[in-house]
Amino acid sequence: MKKRILLTSLVAAFYLLHQDFWNWGKIHPLVLGFLPVGLAYHVGYSVMAAVLMAVMVRFAWPQDLDPVEPPPAAQERSKEDPR
Amino acid sequence: MIPALVVLVYLAIVLYLGIFAFRKGSSSKEDYFVAGRSLGPYVFLLALFGTNMTAFAILGSSGLAYQRGIGVYGLMASASGLIIPLCLFFIGTRLWGLGKKFGHITQVQYFRDRWECSHIGTVIFLLTSLMLVPYIIIGIMGGGHTLEALTTVMGPDGKPLLHEVMRDGKLVSETRHWVSYEVGGAIVAIVVMSYVFFGGMRGTAWVNTFQTVLFLGFGAIAFALISKNLGGFDRIIAEMAADPKTAPLLTRQRIPMAEFFSYTLIPLSAIMFPHIAIMCMTAEKVASFKKTVVFYPICIALIWLPCVVLGVVAAHQFPGLKVGESDDVILRLLTSNTDALLAGVLGAAIMACVMASDSQILALATMFSQDVFGFYGGTQRFGDKAQVWTGRAFVVLVTTFAYLAGLHLEDKAGIFELAIRFAFSGFAALAPVMLAALFWKRSTRWGALASTLWVAGSMAVLWWLHDSTSGIAPKPGQPHAVIYPALGSWLLRSPGGVLVHGFLPVLPMVLGSAFWMAVGSWVSRPPSRATIGKYFPDRKPSTKSAGSDRPVSADN
Repeated sequence: MKKRILLTSLVAAFYLLHQDFWNWGKIHPLVLGFLPVGLAYHVGYSVMAAVLMAVMVRFAWPQDLDPVEPPPAAQERSKEDPR
Repeated sequence: MIPALVVLVYLAIVLYLGIFAFRKGSSSKEDYFVAGRSLGPYVFLLALFGTNMTAFAILGSSGLAYQRGIGVYGLMASASGLIIPLCLFFIGTRLWGLGKKFGHITQVQYFRDRWECSHIGTVIFLLTSLMLVPYIIIGIMGGGHTLEALTTVMGPDGKPLLHEVMRDGKLVSETRHWVSYEVGGAIVAIVVMSYVFFGGMRGTAWVNTFQTVLFLGFGAIAFALISKNLGGFDRIIAEMAADPKTAPLLTRQRIPMAEFFSYTLIPLSAIMFPHIAIMCMTAEKVASFKKTVVFYPICIALIWLPCVVLGVVAAHQFPGLKVGESDDVILRLLTSNTDALLAGVLGAAIMACVMASDSQILALATMFSQDVFGFYGGTQRFGDKAQVWTGRAFVVLVTTFAYLAGLHLEDKAGIFELAIRFAFSGFAALAPVMLAALFWKRSTRWGALASTLWVAGSMAVLWWLHDSTSGIAPKPGQPHAVIYPALGSWLLRSPGGVLVHGFLPVLPMVLGSAFWMAVGSWVSRPPSRATIGKYFPDRKPSTKSAGSDRPVSADN
């Protein structure tokens, strides 16, 4: 339960961070010499979204779906058995 | 001429890939419509991404960045980079599991079985099909226009050759092309139709994978070469920052905060797009979703960052283009800053996006063969093979219709583009229906119907409001116009369309859809215990094999 609350809060906080009103009218600093700060922030946001999804996969993967797949042993048997 | 040859080679490769190279499965229903549910993790990721990467998204994003600046990346890319993976994580994986367990291929099959309904499923089928058709038409039109643009006849000075023709009694100068819009559209339509017809989902998935790799690889090369040819983006951006006319493009001043916020709801549409939902069924293992949800935001960044930067840079290079004209700025930058061979390869990469209509055509054919032909007794009477051939016949019909519509309504492209914009909101507003089906036991078919009717009705009203207020639409930079003075700021008209209290209509549409789903479900009887037990079993491991419990048909 604690994990669920923590992850929900993390996703909600990350969603809110998309609204970076503090960068609205800013151009400088130019990251890498050509990316206005507002654009660089959102590129960084995309990278962090990938990190967030990795965290979700690690800690909140829907376990109830995995058994739908045949267990590895059964898969091996079916490969060996031409029937 | 070289770019045209490169694009033709590309089309030949696509045709080969789609029809022959990966047509290894049987001709069964599962194989044709969902590639036998056998795609590995990388093909699944790239095909899913390619399916969602349309001309509207790519060319439209650079055109929009030209008009409104760098904020377009936040509107279209970073929001999608969070919301789409979350949708795949929470919804896509479950759709996959249910599809594998009960044999569903389409969303409507699942809704019908989950809510014990038949005709309400047909209503959802009709609405989603109607919203999908404009994408297909625009895809074919885009193919014709792109081939035409890439085959412009150039003079010795490197500029397009002009010739004079009579138009409405007046002599006008026009550029000449090796391939006309009509022929280009026909080539694209025939290529797409052929590999979807023969290759089905497997062919389409491999073509999408190839297209995504092409765009990711050559997009980066184009970005670097254009930058080098222009003397570096840092120089151009510095010049733009110093010019009061172009400096706002490097900020988000041209995007109101309320619009920026409401745009985050648009990516909810992804999981309600039939082609994306059906693509979710093609993964061999649920583990394939793991790599997809993690790498999806990175793929989005790799595609959209160059598009947005090039769109903004184009405002410096080709100032003064109007809305609509700015959609081809990437092509303009390509042809004027790279050599003919590379321009051809990159033109092929752009064709790859334009041709995203393949999965939409297949989705429509799949829906018709499953939700109409199969559901109303066709499969029972004529068998699985007839169902596959019905799907194939529908592929031919839809493609021919889209080509003819693109031919006769070329000057009405704006209407289809508008329809697509509304359809994004419409699909996003259907997301509560899917969420309720998956996570709310008490949800009912009447809630789904109320929600669907709300979405259809609000889109119709929105269309009417948009059309009837075009006369008072302000120009870019001017304040929003009040539509009904009695309603104050509740209904406004911006240059782009109607706003509700400053927010995009997608916000009230999604909230209203959720509201009607809840109300409709609370006032009606829940599904039977057996159905609820089927879809919300006790958390015990289940090894039930695929297809053991088929969806209901119209007869029962």
